[in-house]
Amino acid sequence: MALLDVNKLSIHFGGVKAVQEVSFSIDAGIVYAVIGPNGAGKTTLFNLITGVYKPTSGEIRLDGESIGGKSPNELATRGVARTFQNLQICMNMSAIENVMVGAHLRLDRNLLKAALRLPTLTRRDAEMRVEAAELMRFVGLEKYIEARADAMPYGALKRLEIARALAMKPRLIFLDEPAAGLNPKETIEVDELIRKVADSGITVVLVEHDMKMVMNLSDRILVLDYGKKLAEGTGEEVRRNPDVIAAYLGAHA
Amino acid sequence: MQKRAYFGLYIVIAVLAVLPLVVPNSFYLDLAIRMAINAVIVLGLNLLIGFAGQISLGHAGFLGIGAYASAVLPTHFGWHPLLAMGAGAAITGLLAAVLARPIFKLKGQYLAMATLGLGIIINIAIRNEAAWTGGPDGMPVPAMGLMGFELTSDKHWYWVVALMLSVSVWASINLIDSPFGRALRALHGSEVASQVVGVDVVRYKVAIFVMSAVFASLMGSITAHYVGFVTPNLADFFHSIELVTMVVIGGMASVYGSLIGAVLLTALPQALATFEGWETVAFGAILMVCMIFMPKGLVPTLAAKFGKGD
Amino acid sequence: MLAQFLQFLFSGATVGATYALAALGFTLIYNASNVINFAQGEFIMLGGMLAVFFAQSGLPLPAALVLAILIPAIVGIVVEKLAIEPVKGAETVTLIIITIGASLVIRGLTAVFLGKGTHSLAAFSGDTPIEILGATLMPQSLWVLGVTAVVVVVLWYFFNRTLTGKAMLATSYNSLAAELVGINTSKVLFMSFAMSAALGAVGGILVTPITLTSYDVGIMLGLKGFVAAVVGGLGNGLGAVVGGLLVGILESFGAGYLSSAYKDAIPFVLILLILFFMPRGLFGARVTDRV
Repeated sequence: MALLDVNKLSIHFGGVKAVQEVSFSIDAGIVYAVIGPNGAGKTTLFNLITGVYKPTSGEIRLDGESIGGKSPNELATRGVARTFQNLQICMNMSAIENVMVGAHLRLDRNLLKAALRLPTLTRRDAEMRVEAAELMRFVGLEKYIEARADAMPYGALKRLEIARALAMKPRLIFLDEPAAGLNPKETIEVDELIRKVADSGITVVLVEHDMKMVMNLSDRILVLDYGKKLAEGTGEEVRRNPDVIAAYLGAHA
Repeated sequence: MQKRAYFGLYIVIAVLAVLPLVVPNSFYLDLAIRMAINAVIVLGLNLLIGFAGQISLGHAGFLGIGAYASAVLPTHFGWHPLLAMGAGAAITGLLAAVLARPIFKLKGQYLAMATLGLGIIINIAIRNEAAWTGGPDGMPVPAMGLMGFELTSDKHWYWVVALMLSVSVWASINLIDSPFGRALRALHGSEVASQVVGVDVVRYKVAIFVMSAVFASLMGSITAHYVGFVTPNLADFFHSIELVTMVVIGGMASVYGSLIGAVLLTALPQALATFEGWETVAFGAILMVCMIFMPKGLVPTLAAKFGKGD
Repeated sequence: MLAQFLQFLFSGATVGATYALAALGFTLIYNASNVINFAQGEFIMLGGMLAVFFAQSGLPLPAALVLAILIPAIVGIVVEKLAIEPVKGAETVTLIIITIGASLVIRGLTAVFLGKGTHSLAAFSGDTPIEILGATLMPQSLWVLGVTAVVVVVLWYFFNRTLTGKAMLATSYNSLAAELVGINTSKVLFMSFAMSAALGAVGGILVTPITLTSYDVGIMLGLKGFVAAVVGGLGNGLGAVVGGLLVGILESFGAGYLSSAYKDAIPFVLILLILFFMPRGLFGARVTDRV
């Protein structure tokens, strides 16, 4: 059975049909990309699946369980993580704290224990700090471990978001344009990072415009246009599809 | 980070321990007690404003509930003062929870408007129900006591309040560097991000609002017993603004900022009393100047100047 | 029965018109800068107090009134230049404290220079009450309602038909985009403060013959005007006017039929109800965040 099943998903914002009757499924362990022109509804699709928006109609099933309309924090408990196209980093905290927040559900959130600084809580917290530092190394941010978030450059912050998502120990991670705004060198680094994440067993779903990266990384690709599904298949299949070429890739894909 | 944060706590405790010895007379001791009481209230309020990023413009209303519970229940119903204090806190907690849940489900700064409304309604109610509350003139408050020992001397009050303040500072520091505290700060930093990592945003906002309201109520009761008298001024809009100002001027999201803010703004009206009619103008001018030139508040601005980094 | 109803309706609408003007002031500034100007009430107070002061110092009434509108407008510009412009983009709390500070300064200066007494203005066209179906209507009420109506129409024309007005509207929708097309957004900002102060002052002047004025009337008037703006939908001009009238009338009915002791609480109960059941207000727009 597929890990994620989306069936005739739609959302309307007033008169704008941002996503129309989109259906696809994603098997566990693969890298799945969603591509399409700007305004095609890719981020909206992400927002629907990760609970930021409520669908107007249609179904989303995670491991058989219906999750459409559930709030983002409920989805977090089911192992769904995501990063954002427009960075959502907590600039008022340090870099490592941002990552530690990712582990929110895995830690003891009790207020009273925190206020009284019970040793079990502080020990767990210290362990988490070590783990967060490890994650920062994993994504290539060793030199920012002691840094404040607002002192970090854009490219580093994008990777910080990935570290935060990984701290959730998710089974499914949604990356929304991880290479946006990055120079060619940084793009290659992110490409390698995503490969590492996928190799660790996490199912990766990605929205991306960089076609080289998409073709390199993805096992399957979904193409959206004007909120509708235009094509779906492997990289080869999609690249040869005449509708996709006309709408998005251009003749020399 | 914990070690450095505790360093400040030790200083606070040291200052509190030494203060009664250097204080010249009872006027200043009284001022110190009021500063400490305000500091505890401001710590609670700062959790809401500075850390969770929400604004309450009616917090004095919660102070009023606690204060008047401690006045009315023992006087008219014979309740023991501690029980009355607990009842005040319970009523406040319930009111805050009922108000907060629907408000926090909305996106935006609606809490400011809701608390504004609630605070004013509480104030008007206190003024109107003169049969119970003594109306605009206020009413006396029986002494706080436990098993025959009555808390009346200023010196005793000082130690009680100093202890409360120390514990509050300690608990606040602990809270900030904990999963709960981090979730709160993340909420302020990026609500969406905190949601996707699993923070139940509405529940946290409600929790922190109720907590800061209950803090205010408890300190309202304490104030009532300390002063021995309550008037509706304790619960008016101006007092709510004073409390918010203490948070903002000292430094939002700064534990020590809360203390500084409380100290400064409790002393300020006294200092301005010499201005004879110009107090309001001076107070307003100070507010404006502070906010324009030090929008992050005193402690964070100074900390940034004197040492980069955390 | 009917007479009483009409009585409450008239007095409610009269004070409601003042709230409407205050609410319009809030809306203007909120649209131009996202700031909730807690000093709005003080502009209302200044209008009334200055009108009294100038009339009492011998100036002919029309001149006194013009000054009583002009000076608050200038004060509004000063507040904007000194206190708002330097901190554009600051956190909401900071801006709220600044405007509260400004309101304290204005109120304090008024108390120092014009005293703490209560004053009245002579009604514009005499005190002879008009009888309508058993209820009495003060001629001044007609002035209040009439002038407010004219002001609202002029504002509507200004925002919908003049270039400057449309520029101001554009700035409220997206100030960056407005700047990029050449609109002088800081001029828009100080114009909105000036207009907002003038509106408040007009309301204050009109209502002084009925409700009197003193240095501290601004607090409640401002807060209730804010409630009216929220009730109507913060940022919506029509909402501000409807909200103002609604708050005034409900306050009047509540005081008359339910309890006059809790009269002042009624607008605030209203804001709680609106926040619980219709948070965007009567005419507020639906907003979705893009993430």
